[in-house]
Amino acid sequence: MTEHAEAAVVLADGAVFRGIALGAAADTWGEVVFNTSMTGYQEMLTDPSYAGQILVLTYPLIGNYGIDPPIDESRQIQVRGLIVRSECDSPSHPRGGMRLHDYLASAGIPGVAGVDTRAITRRIRHEGVMMGMIVPADQVDAARHRLADLPAYDSQDFIDVGVEQPYSWSDGRPQALTNGAAEAGPHIVVLDEGLKYNILRNLRSRGCRVTAMPPSSGVEDILALNPQGVLLSPGPGDPQLRKFQVKTATSLIGKLPIMGICMGHQVLGRAFGADTFKLKFGHRGGNHPVLEVPTGRVAITAQNHGYAVDPDGLAPDVEVTHINLHDQTVEGLASRSEPVFSIQYHAEASPGPLDNGHLFDRFLDLVAEVQGA
Amino acid sequence: MDAVNVKTPESVLIIGSGPIVIGQAAEFDYAGTQACKAMAEEGVRSILVNSNPATIMTDEGVADAVYIEPLTVPVLRRIIEKERPESLLPTLGGQVGLNLAVELQDAGVLDEFNVRVLGTQLDGIRRAEDRQLFREAMREIGEPTPPSAIANSMEEAREAIAEIGLPVAIRPAYTLGGTGGGFVRTMEEFERVVQTGLDASPISQVLVERSLLGWKEVEYEVMRDAADTCITICNMENLDPMGVHTGDSIVVAPSQTLSDKDYHMLRSASLNIIRSLGIEGGCNVQLALAPRQDVVAWPAESVRDGGGVGVPHDEPLPYYVIEVNPRVSRSSALASKATGYPIARVAAKIAAGKRLDEIPNQVTGRTQAAFEPALDYCVVKIPRWPFDKFEAGDRVLGTQMKATGEVMAIDRTFEAALQKAIRSLEFGGRTVLWEDAEVEHEPMLGAETPTDIRLWHLLAAVRADIPLDEIAQRSGVDPWFLERLQTLVHMERRLLAEPLSPDLMRQAKRMGFADEQIANLAGSVDERIREQRLSWGIAPVYKMVDTCAAEFDAVTPYFYSTYEDENEAVPEQGNRALVVGSGPIRIGQGIEFDYASVKAAQALRAAGWGAVMANSNPETVSTDFDTSDRLYFEPLDEEAVRDILQNEDSGLNGNGGPQGEVASILQFGGQTAINLAGPLTTAARPILGSSAEVIDLAEDRRRFERFLADLGIPQPPGTAVNSVDEAVLAADAIGYPVLVRPSYVLGGRAMEIVQGVGDLARYVTQAQAAAPGKPILIDKYLAGIEVEVDAICGGPGDDAVLIPGVMEHIERAGVHSGDSMAVYPAPNLRAGEVATLIEYTRQIGNGLGVTGLMNIQYVIMREADDVDGDVFVLEVNPRASRTVPFLSKVTGVPMVEVAVRAMLGESLSEQGFSSGLWPPTPLVAVKAPVFSMSKLSGVDTHLGPEMKSTGEVMGVDIDYDKALNKALIAAGMAVPPRGRALLSIADQDKPGAMALIRELGEAGYELHATVGTASLIRGLGYEAHEAPKREVGGDPDVIDLIRSGQIDMVINTPEQISSNIRDGFHIRRAAAEQRIPCFTSIDTAHHAVGAMLEGGADYNIAPLPDYTAGRV
Repeated sequence: MTEHAEAAVVLADGAVFRGIALGAAADTWGEVVFNTSMTGYQEMLTDPSYAGQILVLTYPLIGNYGIDPPIDESRQIQVRGLIVRSECDSPSHPRGGMRLHDYLASAGIPGVAGVDTRAITRRIRHEGVMMGMIVPADQVDAARHRLADLPAYDSQDFIDVGVEQPYSWSDGRPQALTNGAAEAGPHIVVLDEGLKYNILRNLRSRGCRVTAMPPSSGVEDILALNPQGVLLSPGPGDPQLRKFQVKTATSLIGKLPIMGICMGHQVLGRAFGADTFKLKFGHRGGNHPVLEVPTGRVAITAQNHGYAVDPDGLAPDVEVTHINLHDQTVEGLASRSEPVFSIQYHAEASPGPLDNGHLFDRFLDLVAEVQGA
Repeated sequence: MDAVNVKTPESVLIIGSGPIVIGQAAEFDYAGTQACKAMAEEGVRSILVNSNPATIMTDEGVADAVYIEPLTVPVLRRIIEKERPESLLPTLGGQVGLNLAVELQDAGVLDEFNVRVLGTQLDGIRRAEDRQLFREAMREIGEPTPPSAIANSMEEAREAIAEIGLPVAIRPAYTLGGTGGGFVRTMEEFERVVQTGLDASPISQVLVERSLLGWKEVEYEVMRDAADTCITICNMENLDPMGVHTGDSIVVAPSQTLSDKDYHMLRSASLNIIRSLGIEGGCNVQLALAPRQDVVAWPAESVRDGGGVGVPHDEPLPYYVIEVNPRVSRSSALASKATGYPIARVAAKIAAGKRLDEIPNQVTGRTQAAFEPALDYCVVKIPRWPFDKFEAGDRVLGTQMKATGEVMAIDRTFEAALQKAIRSLEFGGRTVLWEDAEVEHEPMLGAETPTDIRLWHLLAAVRADIPLDEIAQRSGVDPWFLERLQTLVHMERRLLAEPLSPDLMRQAKRMGFADEQIANLAGSVDERIREQRLSWGIAPVYKMVDTCAAEFDAVTPYFYSTYEDENEAVPEQGNRALVVGSGPIRIGQGIEFDYASVKAAQALRAAGWGAVMANSNPETVSTDFDTSDRLYFEPLDEEAVRDILQNEDSGLNGNGGPQGEVASILQFGGQTAINLAGPLTTAARPILGSSAEVIDLAEDRRRFERFLADLGIPQPPGTAVNSVDEAVLAADAIGYPVLVRPSYVLGGRAMEIVQGVGDLARYVTQAQAAAPGKPILIDKYLAGIEVEVDAICGGPGDDAVLIPGVMEHIERAGVHSGDSMAVYPAPNLRAGEVATLIEYTRQIGNGLGVTGLMNIQYVIMREADDVDGDVFVLEVNPRASRTVPFLSKVTGVPMVEVAVRAMLGESLSEQGFSSGLWPPTPLVAVKAPVFSMSKLSGVDTHLGPEMKSTGEVMGVDIDYDKALNKALIAAGMAVPPRGRALLSIADQDKPGAMALIRELGEAGYELHATVGTASLIRGLGYEAHEAPKREVGGDPDVIDLIRSGQIDMVINTPEQISSNIRDGFHIRRAAAEQRIPCFTSIDTAHHAVGAMLEGGADYNIAPLPDYTAGRV
């Protein structure tokens, strides 16, 4: 075991938590958020919705089963930094040989281990999410000064997190776009604002032809591909800054079946006339109960979002179909008149419970209905 | 799926789980108590039946009607007929409660009285419990069970193996204990073992089953409501791979080596299963997951295609469904305590018709029960096995559970939680540093075989620098766990080699090293280490178990210690006291002490004090977070308790104002708590109740002898000796028989009654070889009437001594009081004897200066039946005894509450009690011990000075015979009204057995007997069938006779002559395994037969208050 350098977490409110450096020997800054999932650190690290954020994992033992690169949820690690109570330097799993430390280091992502993550979590819960830094232990004072000058998370658009070039999904990985018109199955365009690959895996395993498009794609670009449905993907940042995507969504409603997930849901909510607002400390974890209003059943969901849709301004033909049982926020919307629905949580899981894959079936049923009509 | 049974019933029958036996312990008191409370909240009238008086659930105010009656179909039928419950909740009383519900339905009782089943329906229960139905149900939903096939020939076996694949287990049909079968990895082995198996099977048939030996064992606790909302509460991973009963496995929560894909694959499987079985309430699902290929090879072909969401890059890992428990279980109690989520309570509410989203989460106070707990700590459970008591027991662990109890520990790393759990086992010096003496020769041997001490063998193997992958491969333990052990071994080496620095100390504490271990390694003493670390500011903080990983504000006052920054257990204001619990359930320290601890917390709260509870046992009511104002889940040793007290004083980290010295209450937590009196007094901590001085006076043999002599109260004569010569002289002076025991062992261990000089010499020689230089205690053995008295003494300045009741033992002195049958009120005592007992008890209580509870065991020796006998004191325990719940219930005196109020300064008269014997209630109650002998192979079942029972039942009625008969029925010891009795009676007991033989003969029992006893029977004029002893080589011999099921009852007393000891042992083992009554004391047998013949079968059934009030 090598002795690691000391590092510290410095929060915008001045709190300091000391530990040992993990991953890359660098400093970092971002919005500090926590996730309560007990498994799935690799999926979380590579979830593009964490762009611009430093992730605190509340489960204390991280890295136990190693890293298995093929299960990455995007092309790279997306978090700005990682904060854990304890990192396992000797993982054990039939499939995960790589150590978390090496994975972070090779991607240039710093982290810190050995800190009282519960204390940080409680601070965030009481005071709300805030900016923070991970720095070498001797740079705490400098970090306090730098924190004052850093741009607020909400002011940043993370549009570059999405892809620049369209791509398709087959054989379990992204592929350069080819003329796949010969392929069977409905053609779904996914507006990639920072999606997890498991959305594409889910569509693909249900027999879809999948084309992911950059977030800057306009209505014409999308319609030019002649898709049978559009999925608006998750992504990082404040949905207020996604004016272009809201406009795109507004134009698509009525033309094609649409499913929105997370940011895609917020974009649809805004397209339906609602406002969005920032939650005090977000919903991030794999255990959030969501009431499915039509069935009365409760779904356990994977969540990762810092903003929510305010139902007050919703167009009259849009109903709230899902409600978070913890804080009664909107978790799902559906249009009564158009084949459009959205969910705030992650039907694709990864990490998280696999209970909500049926929502992809519901989307494809809508696609089939529209095709059949 | 249609919602069924959603209407809230008007009333419900809840069946408890009966006595504590191995495999069914205090967890069902916890579950049943929660269920009753939940039903009360829903406005449902609850009718509770349990035969175990040492339970909180049978206490006043928990259920609306409480029956302490035997758990049999006829008894339950009578209760149902009388109470007419609208519904029955079958899933909260363990396997006993579940089986009875099924039997009641099969007997037509539920239909006859129109009782509907709440929660999971009985057909769902059957599908879960019946192996064949379960396999079919799993096949229907595509969940894999281990493939198996029946083969009647080698050809069929070869066809089967082609399907199933190696490795497999071969099990021959109809052979005892699987003789002739085995585990095979290669085709050569396969051919050989199948042939042996076919030959061994009387019908030439073998079962070929895929072997999962070495696979990871994982459990999920799941819940479903009538609206089909399904959630998992907790998953758990066993450190021991498949092959060891989960109750005997070291378990960690949540799983540590499962990836997100593995975790959710198994979670989804668990939810599929409870949907398909129609579970409404809680359920436990056990699964086997393929381990690392380098640990145990598993077949390359996948057993299940990974359709649906979350398909990983490759095939998912293979897994199998092993079994489900369609009810609240030991695992669900553990999961409740591990997560803070009250599974039994929520299951009861679901049964009463609530949906998960309609049930509030008490922990957060604002969210609902419809969510999955998130843990931000690691939980380790270690079973507590009885092999310290049963040295002859077979310690190898397998599919039969052997542990009597368990401990749980919580911390932020596995290493620290494991070390705390080990401390919680209360094995004295057996920390992780302990090594078995045999380890030095072959460390891997012990690591390969699962036993109660395998963990220490694994540590020894790591310490011996055997490569971890080799240890993993040979033990089947995942390398992740071995790496954690290696971390501990590295720290041991650092502590041995490096000078202690604040940094090293802090790192060691964060890994869970106790001050004592650090002192051992660093060559210091505990107290120095403690002072040192506190001076460096190294003290634990306390974090909350809140179900949500701090995502929400929580209101549960449930804490564990860890060495980090923020302390969440900020001291509270006002008067409060710490109740130290009794730790894991073990033989000699059972659920009775948890009962007392719970009552103590309730009494403190009723008196306006804050109750702080400390305990390490996850099965109990005391560790329910709403039993106390604040719960610390911690080991019950000096270090942990002092840390808790210091935190309660002022906050160890200074984040709370000084609140004064918080006192401890130690007299309710058995020996565990009382042992802390000395250390806490030395540390200048205040104690409420009897002081350390009182305890020392009662426990120190010399001081206690002088004390009694000063009072003029007699004790059986005795002395301490140091050699065989001294022993023989002493015994001659005292007179045989004598009771001998080593001075260094507590609680009746290694105690023997010796009849003559030969056995005395053998005993002393052996004891001195075991512990050279330690004296041996020799006392006169008085075979008189044994009597037990519990008393409550007023505090300083209050000399009142209240005796709630006097209990008389059926067995003569010499049988451990915990294994004796006790009768209240004492039926055979003369008024003068009772007066002496009261007077002695008062003098001892006042003389010792006891405050609160005290238990005294007396023996009464009579010269003649019409003259008062002499009363001798055998033992005084200045603490709550095992009989407190029994006596509290039958006398109506709230003994623990009175004791606690006395400690707080309220005199007994202020409480409305006076000195002396409380007037007996108009009932007779018999407390009978219950043993778990069928589960512990190699252990002799005969009663003696060493305690062997695991639990107790109570029979209560209006006369002795009825009460005794009911107690025997409840204990599974009822004498059949007719049938075949086997008698094998030792020579020294033959005179005493004659009356019994006459009774049996007159009643028309068919008597079988070994040779000597047979001649006695014939001599008395009755027919006797002689059963040859095994050593004589008869066919069938006496053992065969018992095993063939032709005997209904055994009466066998152990021989004093060593040559005959083994035969008796085999007779008693055979009876235990056959589960037929086996009496090893003539006294017990005589009374039992008497009760049956004297109208005991004509017993009453009534709620307990009806007996105490004389309304029956």
